[in-house]
Amino acid sequence: MTTRIVELRRGILKKNDELAAGLRDRYTTAGVLVLNLVSSPGTGKTAFLERTLKELKAQGARAAALVGDLETDNDARRLASSGAPVRQINTHGICHLDAEMISKHLEGWELADLDYLFIENVGNLVCPSSYDLGEKIRVALLSVTEGEDKPLKYPTMFNSADAAVITKIDIAGPCDFDRTAALKNINEIRPGIRIFETSAKTGAGMDEWLAYLAEERAKRG
Amino acid sequence: MHELSIVASIVDSVTESLAPYPGARVKEVRLKVGALASVVQESLDFCYGIGTEGTALEGSKLVVEVLPVVLHCEPCGRDVTLDGVQSFRCPICGEPSMDLRQGRELDIDSIEIEDEAEVKA
Repeated sequence: MTTRIVELRRGILKKNDELAAGLRDRYTTAGVLVLNLVSSPGTGKTAFLERTLKELKAQGARAAALVGDLETDNDARRLASSGAPVRQINTHGICHLDAEMISKHLEGWELADLDYLFIENVGNLVCPSSYDLGEKIRVALLSVTEGEDKPLKYPTMFNSADAAVITKIDIAGPCDFDRTAALKNINEIRPGIRIFETSAKTGAGMDEWLAYLAEERAKRG
Repeated sequence: MHELSIVASIVDSVTESLAPYPGARVKEVRLKVGALASVVQESLDFCYGIGTEGTALEGSKLVVEVLPVVLHCEPCGRDVTLDGVQSFRCPICGEPSMDLRQGRELDIDSIEIEDEAEVKA
């Protein structure tokens, strides 16, 4: 009987990371800007995305969406009303999307025909943070109905985000939303992040958000 | 609760690495997990027992070393270690920094195995 130590020094999610790196190359080659939208359940990712897709369509941009959900295809049906190509990814209980699911659901889509691809992750602020989907921009969303300290409670997610979106600002007043505290907390966890204050209902903040998308897409050149 | 997925990945990686050691039994699996890896130790331990059942890892011990967040502080010109993950500022000068040098790891560092066969040096 021999006991020995075998050094592995490898990432536990190496397979996902490798697949994500492959996806990232494909996105870059195709010239499509890919965004991964993450938030708690109920933040309003779908409403925000629905509005974004409609406005992009009105601008003549070509956008598509992949929507993660534990069981239903309700969100995909809602988003499809925008006229954009939408595919549902049912994770059947798995709390996050991973690169393999994305790869599988992209089959048959010509990425080069797209300007933007949005991936709406499963509503969860913990698990999706570990899984790279090859996205260029990770967007963490937070609604005014949630606590202003959410970034402090979920630092991993907010720290790994490239942009933050505050949703439902049309009801900030009745919710006693402390805007200063929210902005401060986001910045404490992710210094220098771009923050968009939006309402999918009134359209507030959408112009700034769309300008950012265009800017980021132009960078890919 | 993605700890079960993480355990499944650990089982795959470790099983793969056992190829040169046929019949080996895993005694210990050592992880290095960054403070920002969003892994809950209790949950990981619980899932480890379930996820390793019927594999070469069954009955092995899981040892987790947590690595604190290390930032590079530009004004100070050096790497600084954070006490927690509530503020990404240099603890010395207070300057915010997103230049992370450590803290997102989710790695298998090493495994301790027991070979059935007598190995001669």
